[in-house]
Amino acid sequence: MPPPRTRGTALRHRLAELRGPDVPAKALDARALAALAANPGCARRAILDGAGVNKAALASALGSPSTFGQSQFALTRGNAFEAKVKADGGAELLRLVHEKLDRSAEPPADARVPDLTATGPQGRTARTALELREAAAHPGAWTLLDHPMLALDVAGSPAFLEPDAVVVHPDGSWTVVEIKSFPLLDGSADPAKVGAAARQAAVYVLALEEVAARLGAEPEGRGAQDRVAAPRVRHRILLVCPRDFSNQPAASAVDIRKQRAVTARQLARLTRIEDIADALPEGTCFSPELPAEELTAAVESVPATYAPECLSACELAFHCRTRSRETGAVTSLGRPVRAELGGLTTVEDVLAAARGEAGDPDDPAVAALRRAAALRAEALEAACR
Amino acid sequence: MSLISTLARLEAVSTGRAQPAATVRHRHLGDRPLVFVPLITAGEAGAPLGALVGTDRDAPRLLVVPQPRDRDLRFAFLADLADVVLPYVDAYAEVVEAAERTETDPETGKRVKVEVDLCADAPQLIVPSRAGIDLVRLLGRSMRFRRTAEQDPEAPYPAPPRVPLLGRWLTHFGERARVPGSSLLLAMTDVLGRHWATGQSSLEDQHLGALLAWIDPPEGMTGAEAALKAELERDAQGQLTCPPAGPATDPAFDNKLLAPAIERYDRARTALAAAEDGLEADERLGALTSAEQEIRDLVHSRTRPTWDAVWRGLDLLRELPEGAHVEERWTRDRWSFTGHRDRVLAGEPPQPRRDDAVTAANKLATREREQARLEAQEALDDPLVMAGRRLAGEAFAGEVTDVVMAYSDGKRPSPRPLVTVRTDDRPHLGERTKVYRSLGGKPQSAEFVADEEDGACVVLRILDKMGRGKEPEPGSVPEKGDRVCFTLFEHEQRGGAKLPDPEETPWTHGGPPGEATLEAADPVTEEDVL
Amino acid sequence: MTTVFDPSAAAAQATDAILHDTLHGTARGVVVDSPPGAGKSTLVVRAALELAEAGHPLMVVAQTNAQVDDLVLRLAEKNPELPVGRLHSNDADPYDKALDGLENVRKSAKAADLAGQAVVISTAAKWAHVKVDEPWRHAIVDEAYQMRSDALLAVAGLFERALFVGDPGQLDPFAIVGSEQWAGLSYDPSASAVTTLLAHNPDLPQHRLPVSWRLPASAAPLVSDAFYPYTPFRSGTGHGDRGLSFAVPSDGSGPDRVIDEAAASGWGLLELPARHTPRTDPEAVRAVATVVRRMLDRGGAATSERSPDPSPLTADRIAVGTAHRDQAAAVRAALADLGVTEVVVDTANRLQGREYDVTVVLHPLSGRPDATAFHLETGRLCVLASRHRHACVVVCRAGVTDLLDDYPSTEPVQLGTVVKFPDGWEANHAVLAHLAEHRVAWRP
Repeated sequence: MPPPRTRGTALRHRLAELRGPDVPAKALDARALAALAANPGCARRAILDGAGVNKAALASALGSPSTFGQSQFALTRGNAFEAKVKADGGAELLRLVHEKLDRSAEPPADARVPDLTATGPQGRTARTALELREAAAHPGAWTLLDHPMLALDVAGSPAFLEPDAVVVHPDGSWTVVEIKSFPLLDGSADPAKVGAAARQAAVYVLALEEVAARLGAEPEGRGAQDRVAAPRVRHRILLVCPRDFSNQPAASAVDIRKQRAVTARQLARLTRIEDIADALPEGTCFSPELPAEELTAAVESVPATYAPECLSACELAFHCRTRSRETGAVTSLGRPVRAELGGLTTVEDVLAAARGEAGDPDDPAVAALRRAAALRAEALEAACR
Repeated sequence: MSLISTLARLEAVSTGRAQPAATVRHRHLGDRPLVFVPLITAGEAGAPLGALVGTDRDAPRLLVVPQPRDRDLRFAFLADLADVVLPYVDAYAEVVEAAERTETDPETGKRVKVEVDLCADAPQLIVPSRAGIDLVRLLGRSMRFRRTAEQDPEAPYPAPPRVPLLGRWLTHFGERARVPGSSLLLAMTDVLGRHWATGQSSLEDQHLGALLAWIDPPEGMTGAEAALKAELERDAQGQLTCPPAGPATDPAFDNKLLAPAIERYDRARTALAAAEDGLEADERLGALTSAEQEIRDLVHSRTRPTWDAVWRGLDLLRELPEGAHVEERWTRDRWSFTGHRDRVLAGEPPQPRRDDAVTAANKLATREREQARLEAQEALDDPLVMAGRRLAGEAFAGEVTDVVMAYSDGKRPSPRPLVTVRTDDRPHLGERTKVYRSLGGKPQSAEFVADEEDGACVVLRILDKMGRGKEPEPGSVPEKGDRVCFTLFEHEQRGGAKLPDPEETPWTHGGPPGEATLEAADPVTEEDVL
Repeated sequence: MTTVFDPSAAAAQATDAILHDTLHGTARGVVVDSPPGAGKSTLVVRAALELAEAGHPLMVVAQTNAQVDDLVLRLAEKNPELPVGRLHSNDADPYDKALDGLENVRKSAKAADLAGQAVVISTAAKWAHVKVDEPWRHAIVDEAYQMRSDALLAVAGLFERALFVGDPGQLDPFAIVGSEQWAGLSYDPSASAVTTLLAHNPDLPQHRLPVSWRLPASAAPLVSDAFYPYTPFRSGTGHGDRGLSFAVPSDGSGPDRVIDEAAASGWGLLELPARHTPRTDPEAVRAVATVVRRMLDRGGAATSERSPDPSPLTADRIAVGTAHRDQAAAVRAALADLGVTEVVVDTANRLQGREYDVTVVLHPLSGRPDATAFHLETGRLCVLASRHRHACVVVCRAGVTDLLDDYPSTEPVQLGTVVKFPDGWEANHAVLAHLAEHRVAWRP
């Protein structure tokens, strides 16, 4: 007899149906999870990400391929830099952690750098947890985990995350290390890129906090002498970047408390994908194998909140932009546009109201539009004279 | 975004063509701007790949770094760039006119007028996009602390002679570009976006090709169609037909075309180095030359469309008449240019890495003042901008319906006429709010007295610019039937308070920064050569 | 065992420590954080008087002319004999005419004319033009958190040491042009004066006034938790110390019910149906005006620790707060239509530092299609939610919680800057969650 279906497995099943038969789920990585905060109001993105749909493949199948790509120059340079930072048993990296975050501790020497290789993401996650536990049993020592693997529960499915590094301090606390290849020039870096790195690191911090909590609540089957208190995951992460125009590492501590709070809240809200899934018509499927028309209809059945910012954050953006423009949504011109338009949401409604062809003149949005239109016409006429 | 500009964008959507966002040109355009279209290497800070640069739209100079990781080739590029930019800058530095400036006399402490040189005109740099301005700053920063062999014979990797000087100039251009209303260094997308409202978002307006497509779509196409084509159309090889305006390149270009070409170049260079005799070397030099030429062609193919687009943008902008205050603001740019010329001539060190507390505060104060000045001047120069201020309740226009003579109290009563203006606007006027109108180019102030007929009429008391006599000078008081426009914002900006000299930085701000030390050059390490 | 919190003793202890450091300490600066209504003005006046009495010539820096005039009046009230100088600008009507009636207050636009006055008071902007040969021994800088770093740079050379007082929870100073270039520098000219001061002088004594005398026991915990999470404060009064009652019973309408809810609990949320509206949402504006009208009509009376007898809730004891000027103008017009002209209606910026018995607030996010950084600014909501002695009624359209959840959080991060807490997004959530317990649906 099969085990009774729990709510969680029912949802997983439903999401698998949405992906299509035999389409594997696209694993969510930290970047994708951090991007949830880019447009949290978008139901379309929530369900597609939640169901593990490959949005890039979907976008191509819809005829509006995404334009994200990475130059191999950037890739090479990034890899070379990360290798340099971690060279020599991570000596330079640990020195930076010590200097920027934990000066009162003993300087790192003979740090432990455990081997984390294992088979499959589950295996690597278990291995990482084991080594973190092991590190807790070595107070006073520095431990560097190079590319550990962490699991985070996302709407019922595990997402596997791979931070660049996690450092265990002598006091037992943990620090997430992000290695990026944009430069730290005279002490400052591109704020948009630092913000993205901070949001990504916040996801790792949340995942580590789950590991830490499990470690702290691990009494069964172990002797009391083995028990450890839940380690502290530090809320200041270390961002390592090339210094100025060189390939030398420089680092800066980044306080990620805000990003952590936002991401935690967005992850909690992901449970709503169940409601979104329930609202979909029976048989809805996002498999890229389907003909474009069917796919378009499937995608249309979930509302999107397209804004131009999506163009740099979501693979489906060009598709959504086309639809948004076709329906004449004013937000396709930017979120701020609608601020003063009240209940008017389409280009033609707004223009008709401005021209005096439609709209209630007592509605202040309509009244303001008419004044704006009159003032604009007067000014253009004055300029023509 | 004001409702007026929102409406303009929506009309652009509806008509398929960009709509005017200004009726005059609010930025200076020189007769001979220097256009600079740079490309950089992905993933590396300030590693140029190539550029088109020059003042002649038909004959740009192509500069290319065939292997961007090679320091010597990078230096050669920067030296070539200096050879184009510095003579251009110098030509303006040499022609001066006499001007007056108020200075504090060091002995008496009094403000006195002194006669100084002011450059008669200034150079002007145009880059395609805002990212281009950032690159100008980055290049400036990467060069200005370099040491030439002459400056420091011990320098391990000396920079070519004029490179540090180019760094100082680019830094100056980049810093000046942060001043609102300045025109020394302009990004074409910003200037076009200031003057036209497209049917897309301001984010999408950052794409020069798409922006131009809205402003001036090709025959038979709407702006939306042309913009989409500019953004996304790819050729059979998968390359964008309208390459990005840079300085970043399209990853597909890097991966499919540039990387193989650079690899061929590297191989040819290695082969040449390994050549064993003259004959072999000649042959291999030929291979290297052709490999280099291939990269040059690639860079040219990605920069030329942008180069042409920038010039087309200039053509479009030149069709607009120049705003009345543009020249005044350009004069400030000339002062800024002259000031930097003098600092270079006086042998002052390059701009420091970071501003000290006093410099930072002074710059912020200047920029806030210039921002207020720009906002006021643009409104005065352009009825469309003024319309926005009127909609916001910051200005009002209307007809004078009544003028009643009145006088101030006191021994020598001065004229203080009461003027009633009928207006449809809804200015935010409060008790005794000051308002201003332009009278022969000078602001005349008035104060709000009362409103009548439920806000349809505004009664003002005129306060100045009426001469010294008991009767106001002719033309200084509006007459019944006149059309007038008053603003709630001031037309001219007062100078701020004088900050202490840097040597007198107070304890609250860390005290004096100490002796200015010569900023060390960035250490050059083996790692720089990847 | 728990000790009973004695607000007066706690406040007195804090004040004594501040005055001791100011008068007898060796540090060049003393910083005092004062949450809303914690007696900042009283402290400034007392410190000024004690410094003056000790024979130390004193300069006082405030941020606006209204604040300067207010301080002059308070000083004169406490000590009419004290020679006070009011340094003012050359503009027309540079100071409050009430100062003309004060015998020992001298007014001038020139600092030299005021030499020899025990205390000289002016705005930071005016002080920046003053030059002195000999700096003042002492200064008090009021509203220091609303002062920009560059403004302090311009005046700091005028004094040797100073007491800096302000409320870190109110609106931060801002610049009208980008200043990212200096973000992360200790002396970022667009940062607050206190941020720069402490970055360069981290060892200065820092004090905190621990008791809000303005906020009632119903409001202090919320405002403290939401806006001062790391520097909590208490209310100076207990739950039974203040009361608000209305002679005319409720007519059952939304406005009346929300008034009663606020009178009973200190908070009321009048919730209008969800709808996207322009800023000057006519329904919301009318709702605000109606609430005010009904408060006046129903004969409100407030009892407090100040007086055992109820004092009538008159128009001058009520204020309306909005986020934007045009909203304030719309509310004023709506109130005028209802025959109310005496009630102060203003934006958060202008309500900073003011105090009323009851406030009616048009929620900054009401009816908006999206949240923006401006509307989420912590200080804005903090100012609006902390002006009242008795009760605060918030008028808002439904759906703001979703609006907050849908807010894209992709803020850039500047390295080296101190993260400001709390985040406006979280503070807004906290306040909304609390208000939800005092919700009344709009039914005219």
